[in-house]
Amino acid sequence: MLTFARWKYFVILLVLVVSVIYALPNAYPQDPSVQISAARSDGVQVNASLAKKVESLLSQAKIPSKSIKVEDQGNLLVRLEDTDQQTRAADLLRPQLGNDYVVALSLAPTAPAWLEFLRAKPMPRGLDLQGGVHFVMQVDQASAIDKRLDAYVEDVRSTLRDNRVPYTSVVRRGNEALVATLGTGADTAKAQSQLRTAFPTLTQNLQDQTLTLEVPQAELQRISLEAIEQNLNTLRNRINAFGVAEPVIQRQGTDRIVIQLPGLQDTVEAKRQIGATATLEFRAVIGNEATADAAVRDRSVPPDARVYYTETKQPLLLSKRLLVSGEQLVNAQPMTDPQDGRQGVSITLNSVGGQRMLDHTLENVGKRLGIVYVEQTPITAIVDGKEVQTIRTDERVINSAEIKGVFGKNFQTTGLSAEESKALASQLKSGALAAPMIFVEERVVGPSLGAENVKRGTMAVAYSFIFALSFFLIYYRMFGLITCMALVLNLLMVVALMSIVGATMSLPGFAGLALSVGMSVDANVLINERIREELRAGIPPQTAIATGYDKASGTIFDSNMTALLAGVALYAFGTGPLQGFAITMIVGILTSVFTAVTVSRGIATLIYGGNRRKLKSIAI
Amino acid sequence: MKIFPLTLLPNDANINFMKMRWLSIAIAAIIMFVAIGAMATRGFNFALDFTGGNLVEVHLDKSASLDTIRDKLAADGYDSAQVQTYGSGNELLVRLQPREGDDSSAATAHAAQAVMKAVTASGNTGKILRNEFVGPQVGKELALNGLYALIFVVVGFLIYIAFRFEWKFAVAAIITTLHDVIVVAGWFALSGHEFDLTVLAGILSVMGYSINDTIVVFDRVRENFRSMRADPETILNRSINQTLSRTVITSFVAFLTVVALYIYGGGSLRGMAESQMLGIIIGTVSSIFVACPLLTLGFLKVTKQDLLPKAKDDAALARRP
Repeated sequence: MLTFARWKYFVILLVLVVSVIYALPNAYPQDPSVQISAARSDGVQVNASLAKKVESLLSQAKIPSKSIKVEDQGNLLVRLEDTDQQTRAADLLRPQLGNDYVVALSLAPTAPAWLEFLRAKPMPRGLDLQGGVHFVMQVDQASAIDKRLDAYVEDVRSTLRDNRVPYTSVVRRGNEALVATLGTGADTAKAQSQLRTAFPTLTQNLQDQTLTLEVPQAELQRISLEAIEQNLNTLRNRINAFGVAEPVIQRQGTDRIVIQLPGLQDTVEAKRQIGATATLEFRAVIGNEATADAAVRDRSVPPDARVYYTETKQPLLLSKRLLVSGEQLVNAQPMTDPQDGRQGVSITLNSVGGQRMLDHTLENVGKRLGIVYVEQTPITAIVDGKEVQTIRTDERVINSAEIKGVFGKNFQTTGLSAEESKALASQLKSGALAAPMIFVEERVVGPSLGAENVKRGTMAVAYSFIFALSFFLIYYRMFGLITCMALVLNLLMVVALMSIVGATMSLPGFAGLALSVGMSVDANVLINERIREELRAGIPPQTAIATGYDKASGTIFDSNMTALLAGVALYAFGTGPLQGFAITMIVGILTSVFTAVTVSRGIATLIYGGNRRKLKSIAI
Repeated sequence: MKIFPLTLLPNDANINFMKMRWLSIAIAAIIMFVAIGAMATRGFNFALDFTGGNLVEVHLDKSASLDTIRDKLAADGYDSAQVQTYGSGNELLVRLQPREGDDSSAATAHAAQAVMKAVTASGNTGKILRNEFVGPQVGKELALNGLYALIFVVVGFLIYIAFRFEWKFAVAAIITTLHDVIVVAGWFALSGHEFDLTVLAGILSVMGYSINDTIVVFDRVRENFRSMRADPETILNRSINQTLSRTVITSFVAFLTVVALYIYGGGSLRGMAESQMLGIIIGTVSSIFVACPLLTLGFLKVTKQDLLPKAKDDAALARRP
């Protein structure tokens, strides 16, 4: 018999209400806006006077704004007319407000407050729908491994030296092992046990006086994995400082990082911020300017030294032994020297770096300490007709002052311009990159193209809906109407679910929506045709409806499960746009099963079911 | 009682599909081999997503019509150039696929020349801001992932259908689905229409659609095998005829929705819509003319025993000493 449990109606009603609420925010257009927040927690205020300042700056530049308001979260939100004004406003405000504030592009919701209270948010839009920059960067893992193994060599040496084990050499053998040749009469047992405590992951192999430390494959993998993780973190810090609302920073595959900066258009600036790596190296100065000049002239550079140049192209010999590197930096702040007013960076090292600096300065008061500024910039060059991505490394000695006293973790360095020290401090603070990266791909989507895409996508979905609905209404009459209701609820549910999950809407996502209409159609047609079939076989209407739904349910389940598999595969193996499409497809399939089997049956039972008068005919 | 005012197909359709099964399978096979031949000889016109290409950024003195520049570039041998404005309206971003025979450095030089030529020809003066070659590596990875997805789907289908139905149905369904995918992909090779990521997505979703259609028919076959007393061919014929109106109507409406995508979705969705339109047609036809006929051939021949519960046999086996 045609019946439907009352609690199921309750569930359907609940789903309907929830779907409407969470789909609703998408109907409100978002205001392109600029969000200003404090860059530091100390002393920087976001308040009415800042709002006044921003207002006057904008009105001077003749950029009209919809509203300038301090929000509850302590941000200043400037709503603007369009994305073009948004870019102009951000470009104007960034230099004017300086380093104390972060100026970010964002989309401010215009939905009423009660929706926000329920955490109903619109779907975030993909780059293709709002414009922005898309980068793919490749991490040079070989160099991360190189760097780490070189550090191992240095650490093995110092471990042996500290424990007074004589050795003749410590060298690398490829990426697999470190070979330490110990001096005659050296205490091999002591060396082994000391090195085991220092490097528990390396396996040891002693032959006569030659100790081989093998680096396991797992260790190498861990190094590359750590490198990409550290790079991800570093990029996140840099991009946060850059001020982009809702950036996407994701690992892709084993050695790639995808970065999406919605709302941003200036690729050059973004690339500079993201790609450049700057760090400091501290090395002992050997001799003075005169010895360096002589060494360069006679080509007689001592084996433990290397020639560096200062800003004025003056050569200087620095020790090859790296005292402290950027990895040991904990904090860096731009500062002005109170004595001579020069710009500089105040530096804090971690305990390892601090200890080394302390050890070095204890023994070398009166000698000079060189600070090398190392900047790596990714460049593209053409070699033998082939595209080659390389890293250009610029090194220069920025400071080579005499060590006047003993110091450890905290000290200052000067010799940079105001600009440079600001940039250096921010780059040092956000952490060093574990391995250099190169840009393998970049895309820019203009904001007007994005708006155009939204218009087209919405139109395509709307028309595919109208086509389907009109067909059903004509072809199945009353049951067509039931199907239409199910389809509308289906669309609402898909939009609501995607908004709740926070799935990014992109252009292929619209195609997925249209396809989910198609999927939903299938389930409903199956049901309606089955009912017609039962009626044709002479079954009374109410029973026909019930049997139709029952029999079709099994088919719908099987056919949708297989389609779901295709969706899951697309999501698992696809990237970016493919995944967006796959998500809408998966969500659409799940909701269409629910709406076709349960919701439409509920409505049909409302209309034809129960113990009402003996049903003579139904409109199908 | 009269209840059917409007139907696309007669309710009592009784077409003997099984009689023409040799013909229909032969035609399907020929179409598939044409598709494979097209892919083998002509290959695909891969978009920048896969091939890599040049990225040229130009600054113009005054804003220009994108269509004119696109036409000029096409005349110069760059058929699928993508021209976008970027930043202000005076900055253009042009993406070009290398012309045939160009290696990357020649491509970079030619791309810059072609863009400058196109810009000047449209009565403007411009300055190249950037000219970069985007490596194809990403594309290769993605293509490989597409292949993995295909394998995953095929294996998944096999397991699911073999579990819910029977292995013969699983094999027949997979052959039908692969046939559909190959034909759609072959169309892109044959027509030379641009093959980009959205087309790949479209083709993969064709798999979903095609299997969906086939399963609906098979579901009815299973049901009829259990309830009807007749030879397999009669049962298969009956099943196709019973589901015929559903199959045609579903495809018709689904086709309508994709047509909307094709007409209103704009250029970036056209490839996807095209692959889906084609996939819906092929998927519908093959579920009728290929899937069921396969179940009568050679080792795929289904019998009533295949679909009867196996429990009886197991119980009988268990009783043996």
